[in-house]
Amino acid sequence: MKNWVVSMILLFGLWLLLSADLAVPILIAGFIVVFLIVLLFSVRNPVFRDIKLGPKALAYIIIYPVVFLKALVMANFDVARRVLSPSLPIRPAIVEVRTILHSPIGRLMLANSITLTPGTLTVEIQGDSLFIHWIDASATDINGATESIVRGFEKYLEVIYG
Amino acid sequence: MGNALFSIAAGIALIALVTAAYRFFRGPGAVDRVIAYDVLTIISISLIAVISYLARRVIYLDVAIVYGLLSFLGVIIVAKYLERGL
Amino acid sequence: MQIAHIIGGIVSIVGSLFLLLGALGIVRMPDAYNRIQAGTKATTLGTLLFLAGIGIAEPGWLPKLAVLILFILFTNPVSSHVLARAAHHIGIALTSRTVADKLREHEEAARD
Repeated sequence: MKNWVVSMILLFGLWLLLSADLAVPILIAGFIVVFLIVLLFSVRNPVFRDIKLGPKALAYIIIYPVVFLKALVMANFDVARRVLSPSLPIRPAIVEVRTILHSPIGRLMLANSITLTPGTLTVEIQGDSLFIHWIDASATDINGATESIVRGFEKYLEVIYG
Repeated sequence: MGNALFSIAAGIALIALVTAAYRFFRGPGAVDRVIAYDVLTIISISLIAVISYLARRVIYLDVAIVYGLLSFLGVIIVAKYLERGL
Repeated sequence: MQIAHIIGGIVSIVGSLFLLLGALGIVRMPDAYNRIQAGTKATTLGTLLFLAGIGIAEPGWLPKLAVLILFILFTNPVSSHVLARAAHHIGIALTSRTVADKLREHEEAARD
């Protein structure tokens, strides 16, 4: 049920953005389309089943994009510095990190966030382990890498997705 | 004034396009070419958007959306092909 | 009205500089993985700023630009991840400056 409602709200939001029109027939058409899509695809793919909707989770859903954008901008300047300096100061490695998230959508968000912040790139996920290509590896053991790559995001995603 | 600034932005994006095209033609491997293709696509989306601004036609943005969708699928399919031979 | 176009233009120019940086990254970096790193991500922020600049200049276009931005934010990491996975799967070599490859160690341990 929660999965259905969240899916429909998200898809309807997308419909509103795409049509950019609030006329009643368009809203009704959008509702029908969204309902059919959720009916067809949501039954077998309960992607939002594990999302939490308490007050704290809702607050974190709003805070998370801000945290994420900040990490994105900071890391972009970091990579810019590396690309532009003549000696190309990189120290790449593929490291293993562990996550405490269980829900598939939470892991997807974590992997995507890690990939989008430059300097780290998710190469493979196996069980609880994520293998991450790191452009400037300061720690190659599991605990050190987990601490510096995953913790910052996991703190929020843990509350949102469990 | 706005047009001039956006034209400069479009010019810089064009230079970026040519730079990425160098990697696309140079290779050396198929993966490098697909990476270059991915970057070319993203730059092209920006260029389509700025063209729609300069032409004052919002409908061109839909072209950018569909273009992004198709090229994303293209990259995924080529990567799958490289990984397992489809 | 005019000022919005000027601010938008400047934001777009900053975005296009990031695009150029990403393109420069894929030319300069030594191996496929580092190229994915530099290429796909500097361009994400670049496109974001570029589209945001157009949105500042033409506020009426914001819904469609928001769709584009969200779309890029969600698809770009997926395509770079899939490419990196494919590259590692078919055994594209890492650069000689690489300090560790835990994934290969893990796969070799699983095979033994």
